[in-house]
Amino acid sequence: MKQDTIAAVATAMSNSGIGIVRISGEDSLYIAKQIYKGKPFQDHTIHYGYIQDGDEMIDEVLVMVMKGPHSFTGEDTVEINCHGGVYVVKKVLETVIKYGARPAEPGEFTKRAFLNGKMDLSQAEAVIDVISSKNEYALKSSISQLKGNVQKKIKEIRSEILYHTAFIETALDDPEHISVDGYSEKLKITVEKLLGELKKLLLSSDNGRIIREGIKTVIVGKPNAGKSSLLNVLVGEERAIVTDIEGTTRDVLEESIQLQGISLNVIDTAGIRNTEDIVEKIGVDRAKEQASEADLIIYVVDASRELDENDFEIIEMIRNKKAVILLNKSDLATVVSKNMIQSYIDKPMIEISAKEETGIQKLEETLKEMFFHGEISFNDEVYITNIRHKTAIQDAHSSLQKVMVSIENDMPEDFYSIDLLDAYEALGSITGETIGEDLVNEIFSKFCMGK
Amino acid sequence: MKYSANSVWENKDEYDVVVIGAGHAGCEAALAAARLGLKTIIFTVSVDSIALMPCNPNIGGSSKGHLVREIDALGGEMGKVIDQTFIQSKMLNKSKGPAVHSLRAQADKANYTKTMRKVLENQENLEIKQAEITDILSENGKVIGVQTYSGAIYKCKAAILCTGTYLKARCIYGEISNATGPNGLQAANYLTDSLKSLGIEMYRFKTGTPARIDKRSIDFSKMEEQFGDEKVVPFSFTTNPEDVQIEQASCWLTYTNEKTHEIIRKNLDRSPLFSGMIEGTGPRYCPSIEDKVVKFADKNKHQVFIEPEGLDTNEMYIGGMSSSLPEDVQYAMYRSVAGLENAKIVRNAYAIEYDCIDARQLSPTLEFKKIDGLYSGGQFNGSSGYEEAAAQGLIAGINAALKILGKEQIVIDRSEGYIGVLIDDLVTKESHEPYRMMTSRAEYRLLLRQDNADQRLTKIGYKVGLISDERYRYLLDKQDIILCEVERLEHTSVGTSKEVQDLLEKQGSTLLNSGTTLAELIRRPELSYEVLETIDKNRVLLEICREKNPTCAEKLYHEVVEQVNIYIKYEGYIKRQEKQVEQFKKLETKRIPDDIDYDSIKSLRIEAVQKLKQYRPISIGQASRISGVSPADISVLLVFMEQYGK
Repeated sequence: MKQDTIAAVATAMSNSGIGIVRISGEDSLYIAKQIYKGKPFQDHTIHYGYIQDGDEMIDEVLVMVMKGPHSFTGEDTVEINCHGGVYVVKKVLETVIKYGARPAEPGEFTKRAFLNGKMDLSQAEAVIDVISSKNEYALKSSISQLKGNVQKKIKEIRSEILYHTAFIETALDDPEHISVDGYSEKLKITVEKLLGELKKLLLSSDNGRIIREGIKTVIVGKPNAGKSSLLNVLVGEERAIVTDIEGTTRDVLEESIQLQGISLNVIDTAGIRNTEDIVEKIGVDRAKEQASEADLIIYVVDASRELDENDFEIIEMIRNKKAVILLNKSDLATVVSKNMIQSYIDKPMIEISAKEETGIQKLEETLKEMFFHGEISFNDEVYITNIRHKTAIQDAHSSLQKVMVSIENDMPEDFYSIDLLDAYEALGSITGETIGEDLVNEIFSKFCMGK
Repeated sequence: MKYSANSVWENKDEYDVVVIGAGHAGCEAALAAARLGLKTIIFTVSVDSIALMPCNPNIGGSSKGHLVREIDALGGEMGKVIDQTFIQSKMLNKSKGPAVHSLRAQADKANYTKTMRKVLENQENLEIKQAEITDILSENGKVIGVQTYSGAIYKCKAAILCTGTYLKARCIYGEISNATGPNGLQAANYLTDSLKSLGIEMYRFKTGTPARIDKRSIDFSKMEEQFGDEKVVPFSFTTNPEDVQIEQASCWLTYTNEKTHEIIRKNLDRSPLFSGMIEGTGPRYCPSIEDKVVKFADKNKHQVFIEPEGLDTNEMYIGGMSSSLPEDVQYAMYRSVAGLENAKIVRNAYAIEYDCIDARQLSPTLEFKKIDGLYSGGQFNGSSGYEEAAAQGLIAGINAALKILGKEQIVIDRSEGYIGVLIDDLVTKESHEPYRMMTSRAEYRLLLRQDNADQRLTKIGYKVGLISDERYRYLLDKQDIILCEVERLEHTSVGTSKEVQDLLEKQGSTLLNSGTTLAELIRRPELSYEVLETIDKNRVLLEICREKNPTCAEKLYHEVVEQVNIYIKYEGYIKRQEKQVEQFKKLETKRIPDDIDYDSIKSLRIEAVQKLKQYRPISIGQASRISGVSPADISVLLVFMEQYGK
């Protein structure tokens, strides 16, 4: 079976020494040859050279070529060993994709390996599990990582594309009632506008603004433990409103910060307690939800007050997660000690005062240590998702460009729909939506057909 | 009263195929089965209603014209009959791309019915019988015969349900409700219960038709006359184009107005649609005038097409104004339209409700998954339209015959024809309204053109046994010639000679700076194969056609020129879609074993397991189109099947 060529980062996305970008499929050698500058390839040999995108040098690399069937997937495979560091690895992958590979689906290398007979039967179940669990995660993360305004923008662009496609299609299906003559002028204006909007999205994706990158760090604790104060200290400005009234933070606040070269995506949450206040309750539920998806939890304990049922609930919540416990308010008279908490849960613990900004440096050091020991890591999926989203926006952009070309060449209107729908589908892959019956439904709901 | 025990008797003539219903689906089904050599009998509640057109007086239209072409390419009858009985014909969307060109012809209804009946009556192996079927007889999940209202049993090996809108039919306008089929014909009131007892799940749909008005009461001077095309293109690939250049009848265009809408709005409470008297689900694409007025309140007029029902009748069909409003409102509403001020209504508009099935109970061969030998086609399957019905009838008839003959049944896939899209949508997707074909439903529209239906499907028709050797030979020649000619044009260079530049200038085309090929020139929108004749020195196409087929050389020549133009002009798009089809086929050809146990596949999501168990798709491709089955589920299925295959 002929397969297209896929690529992904095969190592963990961290600031480690080496990162490997793997390309698999029929065109992998072809793609590698276009971007690799060095000695010609030989099978199963390591080559030293450079990855370049045209004239732009990207990294100094080692490239290994494995012709199928003697490779992990059984297909022609190229592995590019580049310098570690998230930025470089990402850039190499993007270059590979730019030259013709497609971002691999979760578990796709494994799936191909299996389908090409590179694994035995006993591994089949495991393969199925890998695929389904990775997919589930990707699906969840793909949408949840999308920033709200980006998601909204993409939905707007999609609905505009759908509307115009539906109009054209209605006219084609019912030419005696609806005429599409002269519509191309109108469409041209819309498509130009949409092209501009997609371009903007593409630019912002280069700045990493499409999805949230970084270690998802969630600050939890009972009300008035000092979570918002901590966020403000970490960010270095007053982002969260801090009062001494319990339950001040009712929604989820989010900030990106750099700590000793590690990017953290810090999320402040409403204090967790049983509450009758509906608005606060929603905030509490959100806090729990965020915590369950976190890569790292910072649990702020109010050391000046006795542990209560809310603290015990939080302790249970973080038991199986990577977490740091902060004993806050060390500036006040404390009633909670390290030993007391240690009898319930074993996690790194630091005494701090968010108010006096003491102990913060210790926290930073602890986090850094955890990161470089690999205890906490970036979620690889986030990077892959980001690249996948970017590719999708690029695809949509080039489809809309084709619409412009068709309009300029005076092609019949039915050709516009083909590219419009391609753009619609590409953008849908970002928001997790397919075409399905969208077009037919739009036709019926927006336009009056004959008979 | 249905039969009593002592009136039961067994007809000793055994049949291979029983077809129930002689509408557009039934006719194609019966003809296909009989032509494939099977002993076939077709039942109808009235022999006079064979191939009746109870609604609009036309065949074809956007995407429906494609279906008729495909039916013809497979060896069906509809195209041939309409070519003999049309009174006006138009190619719709002629200014658009070739993919959406669509033929639509006004039929002389009476003549259409008569002509099709004659074909049936003279078909070898085919009997016509007027009787209502009340029971499907089965044994161990397999069809063994049918029983009529009078109790007679007809044994058979396969039965095809083509009951149209007749099952428990009810015609409604205002507060009037008649338990009849269309046009006051007898409804079939018993079969539904028999089907239910076989475990078949039924839906109730509705549709409607406008009034027919006496031509003598219409003032045509207030309307716009609509003519047919100057040069008529036939539906059937076998019809000689010269035979269809007839004198054509006209249609007329007028509009509703604010007054019409006011009358309708005022009387909405008397509409059975709004009062709740109608339970069935109606189609969104074919709304009644009252629906249109409510839903598109901002439109102050709607088009109304006045179409002749035939040459020998004064009845005119009022297209665009179907309704189920009470009789007095109908008069007021029609008479508010320009030109209809003095309208005499011959037949009132009405809505009709009927039983049909959730077609997801069928496999793509149109056989019931749970009942061996039981097939169905047409409106019974939840579709609407004569053409959709005929297409399914043909496939059901072919497959019932192939099954009895012990041959592999056919499935047209989504990349091969609108018929494939139609059937796949019906048997895969959930639908709550009668399904109408639309070009936007076809994802490979550029490949599924009405002009190349023969190239897509005639080979299949030939393999099945419905296409003659001669017709097949003609197709093969045609395809050869097209390929050679395209190849030649792509490799024939033209320089910047004066002759070439003069021609380009004359055609308003940019002059050449350097040499190019003829194909490149044809790609320019303002140029075509025909226009380049004088600079194409080696052109011998007509001679080749004469040599290959002396009797039909002209026809062949024009068909080849059309294909060459389209192929070269749209090559880029065509190749793109061909690539997509390649991807599509991969999943489509991965057949899922019948005995697959979805429960044993641990990693499938629960919703996917339920849907897959319920609808049991035949291929991975079909599975991927079931709502509730995600791409991840498909990956899991693929891996599982690989394991299963070993």
